[in-house]
Amino acid sequence: MRSTDLRFRIGIGVFAAALLLIVVAIGITLANDSSLSLQRFGFRFWRTSNWDPVAGEFGALPFIWGTFYSSVLALAIATPVALGIAVFISELCPQALRAPLMFLTELLAAIPSIVYGLWGIFVLVPAVRAIEASMPEGLRALPLFSGPPFGVGMLAAALILAVMVVPFTSAVAREVLKTVPMTQREAAFALGATRFEAIRAAMFYARTGIIGAVMLGFGRALGETMAVTMVIGNNPQVSLSLFAPQYTMAAVIANEFTEAANALYLSALIEIGLVLFVITLLVNVLSRGLIWSMAPP
Amino acid sequence: MTINGAGATFPYPIYSKWFSEYNKLHPDVRINYQSIGSGGGIQQVTNRTVFFGATDGPMNEDQLKGAPGIMHFPTVLGAVVPVYNVAGVSELKFTGQALADIYLGKIKKWNDPALTKLNPGVKLPATDISVVHRSDGSGTTYIFVDYLSKISPQFKSDVGVSTSVKWPAGVGGKGNEGVSGLVTQTPGSIGYVELIYALQNKIPFGSVQNAAGEFVKASTDAVTKAAAAAAATIPEDFRVSITNAQGAGAYPISSFTWILLYQDPMDKRAGNAMVDFLKWALTDGQKYAPDLGYAPLPANVIMLEQAALDRIKVS
Repeated sequence: MRSTDLRFRIGIGVFAAALLLIVVAIGITLANDSSLSLQRFGFRFWRTSNWDPVAGEFGALPFIWGTFYSSVLALAIATPVALGIAVFISELCPQALRAPLMFLTELLAAIPSIVYGLWGIFVLVPAVRAIEASMPEGLRALPLFSGPPFGVGMLAAALILAVMVVPFTSAVAREVLKTVPMTQREAAFALGATRFEAIRAAMFYARTGIIGAVMLGFGRALGETMAVTMVIGNNPQVSLSLFAPQYTMAAVIANEFTEAANALYLSALIEIGLVLFVITLLVNVLSRGLIWSMAPP
Repeated sequence: MTINGAGATFPYPIYSKWFSEYNKLHPDVRINYQSIGSGGGIQQVTNRTVFFGATDGPMNEDQLKGAPGIMHFPTVLGAVVPVYNVAGVSELKFTGQALADIYLGKIKKWNDPALTKLNPGVKLPATDISVVHRSDGSGTTYIFVDYLSKISPQFKSDVGVSTSVKWPAGVGGKGNEGVSGLVTQTPGSIGYVELIYALQNKIPFGSVQNAAGEFVKASTDAVTKAAAAAAATIPEDFRVSITNAQGAGAYPISSFTWILLYQDPMDKRAGNAMVDFLKWALTDGQKYAPDLGYAPLPANVIMLEQAALDRIKVS
């Protein structure tokens, strides 16, 4: 009995170690294959904006900017919605509605991103263009809304990302709210709290986990590729404007990798992959840590 | 016997048709083709992980150094056409210079004198031109910027020629479908797509002035004419750009697509089969091209290629 137990433990341990090994191997491969670009550009790669495959000059700032900007905007839109859904399902929802609602939000996560992209091109982008075109001149003068109304651009990308992020954030936030002891809510009610105040108390209790859930959505938004590529306009520029076509790290890799024939170009694209890998790893580790500090696995 | 190849996506429909038809004639020869992109094709054939490669742009000197003994064989022709969305306008004429200036961001309005002069009788609006280009690295982009660089010295120095370039203006759509989707939706936009794609999806496109001064609307015939005109001066290794070709009726934004083979292949049996396949593709195989939207090779180029195929050392 005991020896089979030991063998089982070792077997499972090997699988777990393999997973860790894969992550480490990906990191090493990325660093190794981007060494040419790392040596050639150094820190310049991070802070310059010139991406010119013909001249062999590569600066990743517009891609890093576009990735963060689109993800932050997406979070700003998605977080209230996702938390609203989570609170409704865990605190207010009639029992009969609970399962169908959970199923529907999670269904959003199951839609392939290329389908989101197509929906983006044919439905979202024309709608965004109509909004942009109908905006009064006074507002258009603000840097946030400058530029011609293409439809494709930062706003379309942020909106599509927001829809994609909602199911992740709301599912985790719901689980986190579940871990809040019933006694917390009962105590609030006992003190004469209203429904709203009791929920606020539960959310305050669960705050680290909720922040973790939001950051998990952030990690998801950072790495999203296909849907964003199809609606963001793919123009490497650092701009505050929501209407400006911009670019993300994942999108430039997907767009240019297959036809990148020379060594330095390929190496620069892989370095973008390395940057994205490190950033998403950090964001995910941090968010998981926060969630687990609330609800140990 | 199985032969593996990889490369350009543009000729994939005709290649897969050829490989399956050839397999019916020679059941013992199976040719696998992965359409991973021209860049990937060049890389894999250089590393000899595949037996043959395929590319939409000829290999440059640096790449040739990495793959000594590699040979280029044109298989069919393609073309790139300008598509646009201007309300009430169904026919438009462009010159290379006008297209270059639009893509450089120098011509900003549809009623710019450079465009109205070319299109007398067409009412062009005073709206902004929204420029759309490919965002993914692509042979289509290569052909288009190769042409614009030949016409406009400024385009050549500011942008240059590659499968991906740094565009001075506009938005990027992914693939032909991304570009045409943006153009059909955005009033006042202009883009460029493969001729096949425009024909199959019935997207209207403009005519372009050729080197002889005629305005030519792209068709498989006009593309074959461009290749026939270029054949007289074609170099021995077939690495030639035929954009802006001389000759009457030639469509100026045309290009070969190539299969890459080593002159001294390691696997002689596979080499033999590939040479036999290419001889078939250059003759009997050409008849499949127009139906799939590709322009067949002109007779004079086929003759030159057959002679070159005989130089491959298969025994």
